[in-house]
Amino acid sequence: MTDTDNREPAEAIELPAGSRFVSPGSPGLFNGLFGQSGSKGALVAFASTVLFLVVAAIVILNSEAWPKVQNQFLNWEHFKASFPAILGAFWLDMQMFAVAEVLILSFALLVAVLRVLRGPAFFPLRVLSTIYIDLFRGVPLLLVIFLLGFGVPALDLPGVPKSPMFWGIVSLVLSYSAYTAEVYRSGLESVHESQRAAARALGLTQWQALRFAILPQAIRNVIPALLNGLVSLQKDVALISVLGLREAVREAEIYKARTFNYTSLLVAAILFLIVSVPVARFADWYTARDRRARTKGLQ
Amino acid sequence: MSDRVRLAGVHKRFGDKHVLKGIDLSVAEHDVVCLIGSSGSGKSTILRCINLLETVDEGAIYLDGEIITRRETDPNLVRQFVGIVFQSYNLFPHMNVLDNVTLSPRRVHGKGRVEAEDHAVALLERFGLSDKVYEFPDRLSGGQQQRVAVVRALATEPELLLLDEITAALDPELVGEVLGVIRDLITDGMTLILATHEMGFARDVATRVCFLDDGAILEEGPPDQFFSDPKMPRTQQFLRRVIDAGRL
Ligand SMILES: Nc1ncnc2c1ncn2[C@@H]1O[C@H](COP(=O)(O)OP(=O)(O)OP(=O)(O)O)[C@@H](O)[C@H]1O
Ligand SMILES: [Mg+2]
Repeated sequence: MTDTDNREPAEAIELPAGSRFVSPGSPGLFNGLFGQSGSKGALVAFASTVLFLVVAAIVILNSEAWPKVQNQFLNWEHFKASFPAILGAFWLDMQMFAVAEVLILSFALLVAVLRVLRGPAFFPLRVLSTIYIDLFRGVPLLLVIFLLGFGVPALDLPGVPKSPMFWGIVSLVLSYSAYTAEVYRSGLESVHESQRAAARALGLTQWQALRFAILPQAIRNVIPALLNGLVSLQKDVALISVLGLREAVREAEIYKARTFNYTSLLVAAILFLIVSVPVARFADWYTARDRRARTKGLQ
Repeated sequence: MSDRVRLAGVHKRFGDKHVLKGIDLSVAEHDVVCLIGSSGSGKSTILRCINLLETVDEGAIYLDGEIITRRETDPNLVRQFVGIVFQSYNLFPHMNVLDNVTLSPRRVHGKGRVEAEDHAVALLERFGLSDKVYEFPDRLSGGQQQRVAVVRALATEPELLLLDEITAALDPELVGEVLGVIRDLITDGMTLILATHEMGFARDVATRVCFLDDGAILEEGPPDQFFSDPKMPRTQQFLRRVIDAGRL
């Protein structure tokens, strides 16, 4: 035959799938779920995951206690029966979550900024914010909720709200802001000192330098960490249930106490997962994209 | 003619480190003063003291006859008259070129957006950056970034400009475009104090050259005399090293 048969061996040199000369393309939202991003790697990961699940399922389903457990935790009738009330209560969780998150992001920013202010005039504020952070990072959130949620209303102070929702949210905000303020602070410290000097040299005040030059860069640097905090807050909202507030977990417990069936707890778990998994995936995706953008900027 | 800037017996310490040891320096209107000297001799520190990025430990600095190194001075007012450009450009990476340049005119000098942007665009055009107005700093070459930094300092219409080795971080082939910008400023009559390692450039444009050694001005004079007939052994030694390195 003709020339196709005696082509140069160059044709045989093929770039492997994971080659560093081949652009992996834009990151997919679900990339990283299986570790490797190449299609072959994904296949292997997928197969081994399925295998694991099948083996686990066989072991569990054949165990002696399984029928009893299934009835206790996975009862479809109880699932349907408990779902509407828990979903309604879950909506309350999400509202509290949203309110708390907005307050946390703002309050923590204020605390972080107070902590990095320069000049002797701000010394008391610096000390105050440091004490606050140390205090609330050290005490478990659950304790804060107990102390504020039961303690403050018991004082019976005039004009001070007594609602468990109010004190629950206050507890979340106080506790989470302490962490979040430290996240912001690490962001502020990641911006090079020369940026501040450049801003001040242009005549900007300390505040203006922060607002226009430092903070935008600092916040961008910590968005992945803030997103992680978001995921974690989303589920910690349920801790407010200890104050007797009828949010999803509480509602599920009430159902369980009435029927002696645990399926309602699974309902609540699934609802929390439906919200948290996408946020977690988004956080990973954003972090990966951001890292890529940065390393590109360095070249 | 009265001095625009005068340093009188300025001392500066960083902890135990005595970095400036009694600096006396007068700069008149339209002067171009070049500070030269080896690394660590205190050039940057002098410039940073003049626009109050550093505090002075002893002595005084005068701006148009008024003492600025005292507690009552508002550094932001001083910086509205004294611009500085750094070796490392220090553009704001999250802002495009136009926003970098208009930040101070708008926020500090209270100009409206349109006025500030028109002025900025005119300046950028003048320095050959008209196609970079909406570009972000990380998409510019070093030379372009440094020219933007100069424009950013000029946009506040300073009466005195401090340039701290603004070509030192540039690739050799980009140095020329930035030096060209400085020449333009000098033609316009801008008063300049610049720290530089570009001896040829200093000889060309300086009205006066000051040789700094270990925190003190060891020798100063007009460039012809300074470069052709240095008096002090340390100066001679420094210039010989510069010449050996091919920088003069
Ligand atoms: N913030 C600081 N803290 C401590 N020491 C400093 C600080 N800034 C400068 N120094 C020291 O002061 C001395 C003078 O520094 P300066 O930056 O003024 O030198 P320079 O002449 O500009 O040198 P170069 O040519 O390398 O830029 C150096 O020894 C330096 O280490
Ligand atoms: Mg220097």
